[in-house]
Amino acid sequence: MASLKTRGASLKTSGARLKKRGAGRQLHGGKLAYAVLILFTIGSLFPLVWTAIAASRNNTRLAETPPPFWFGGNLFKNLEIAWTDANMGTALLNTLVVAGTITVGTVLFSTLAGFAFAKLRFRFRGLLLLLVIGTMMVPPQLSVVPLFMMVAEFGWTDQLQSVILPTLVSAFGVFFMRQYLIEALPTEVIEAARVDGASSLRLIWHVVFPAARPAMAVLGMLTFVMAWNDFFWPIIALTQGGEPTVQVALAGLGRGQIPDQSVIMAGALLGTLPLLIAFVLFGKQIVGGIMQGAVKG
Amino acid sequence: MTDIPSDTRTAAPSTGKEGAAPRARSVALLADPAAERRRARRSRRYRWDMKWSPYALIAPFFLFFIAFGLFPLLYTGWASLHRVELGTPTDMEWVGLRNFSRLLEDDFFWNALRNTFTIGLISTVPQLLMALGLAHLLHYRLRGSMFFRVAILTPYATSVAAATLVFVLMFSRTDHGMINWALGLVGVDAVDWQNGDWTAQFAVSSIVIWRWTGYNALIYLAAMQAIPNDLYESAALDGASRWQQFLHVTIPSLRPTILFTCVVSTIGATQLFGEPLLFSQGASPTGGSDHQFQTLGLYLYEQGWFNQHLGRSSAIAWTMFLILVLIGLLNWAISRWIRRSA
Repeated sequence: MASLKTRGASLKTSGARLKKRGAGRQLHGGKLAYAVLILFTIGSLFPLVWTAIAASRNNTRLAETPPPFWFGGNLFKNLEIAWTDANMGTALLNTLVVAGTITVGTVLFSTLAGFAFAKLRFRFRGLLLLLVIGTMMVPPQLSVVPLFMMVAEFGWTDQLQSVILPTLVSAFGVFFMRQYLIEALPTEVIEAARVDGASSLRLIWHVVFPAARPAMAVLGMLTFVMAWNDFFWPIIALTQGGEPTVQVALAGLGRGQIPDQSVIMAGALLGTLPLLIAFVLFGKQIVGGIMQGAVKG
Repeated sequence: MTDIPSDTRTAAPSTGKEGAAPRARSVALLADPAAERRRARRSRRYRWDMKWSPYALIAPFFLFFIAFGLFPLLYTGWASLHRVELGTPTDMEWVGLRNFSRLLEDDFFWNALRNTFTIGLISTVPQLLMALGLAHLLHYRLRGSMFFRVAILTPYATSVAAATLVFVLMFSRTDHGMINWALGLVGVDAVDWQNGDWTAQFAVSSIVIWRWTGYNALIYLAAMQAIPNDLYESAALDGASRWQQFLHVTIPSLRPTILFTCVVSTIGATQLFGEPLLFSQGASPTGGSDHQFQTLGLYLYEQGWFNQHLGRSSAIAWTMFLILVLIGLLNWAISRWIRRSA
């Protein structure tokens, strides 16, 4: 903190530098800022790197002191065991289907409903919106017993629709799209399109979707990560031996289904890798999306 | 952008006067009876469209929302007044408030409530404080600032299950565990993380902290970037140091965001489930041999899917709901107080 204070002092003494540096955001970070940030970066990445290291070793090596800090030669062997014995292959495919469907459904339905709430007039609009906002933060635990009864009644146990359908729409998504479209879509543009005789369908396709696209991308990314990592309801609705998602398969590993720690780490690595790759490729957009979402939401 | 938006852009100024161009066109067409009929049909369809399309747009959302969101939420309340067995979930026997009264007599319920509160506290407070500090650092002009932002967000992409499996190994009891080994380097004896009361709660909290600190830092950073520069400039002119600017400009401007993250983290803490489940030996729902880190979420799961009492499980769910409503009211009161003092 010392360097921050001296920076502040220098700000006050020289008026010319104050002009140039202006407010907080233009100020360059000192050595201390870099040191702390690097520390946090290591803290954030180390457990992930170590997952890969542990996955490349074997169980005996992981039981020795000191713990391994570099890669061994067992990575592909362990990945293969996790892929077949822990059902991770099926799990990855299932999760892709589940998270993909949920993302498409949430983005599409949220955009349509969000547009209606933002720009159209209809009866009970305020009341319905209140209902959406009121249930936005209700946790999944609150509906899990009736959902379980429904799934049992319909005979959906261990079928993917049991985890897709309950999560297919999101109240948060509707609210998020509404907030975005209120500002991003000028009412005059809609009126003008109406004057030109555009039907609602054309209006949505040619005006609403293009205007909503940035927010749809953000909502899509957030939804995909959330659906990929969903845990509570899937471990109740699905079983590890049947049609698991990645998280269900990992929970099976946690139950000690395979005692080899290096294989468990290989499973954790397999389940995390797809999202990590997405982060490497689209990290900038995801960061931008979360920050944008924070301001809108 | 195809034809309509470009059309509308040119037409936009005239909308104030009811759109001069279309009316002129319709006058010209009036002579042709076929065109007139077409026009009438079109305007009928248009009125119908204007009236019903809002409902059509919200219908898909509300269909799923009612079936899988609202109905289960309310039905949980109904189920909590019944005896429901896991094996025969459709066989319900009315028991009134007995599930709730049994809950209040159960020591494990109070234990779970206490644990949820303490774990929530030791995971949320340090997490948000660190996030605030991190956001402050990221707000400087930095080389590689995007790299830092992506790096601290990666734990957010890691699932609860994957993260917990890794942390279990790192918090391993004997001295070959990563953390005990590191403690050994500085002369601290190996800690039995899972079996101690506080150590286990600390370890579970550390998973939450690891996953969410970066995410919250980005939320704070976004709010910091929205603070107008001249606030800092005038503070600097008044002779405020960087630290004083942080305390007297940044923090007050962030108050709504801080409140928002507090609420979201509190809700997250109330429903904490995956971390304590997978942290206990063999993913048992007891939350450790002595229930030392069993949260309300785990207790609900244990009652419903291990002790097979779905009715009691619903009663726990509604108790959690009540707690959330209390938090919501508290949030409302605080935000009102903030607005009044601002």
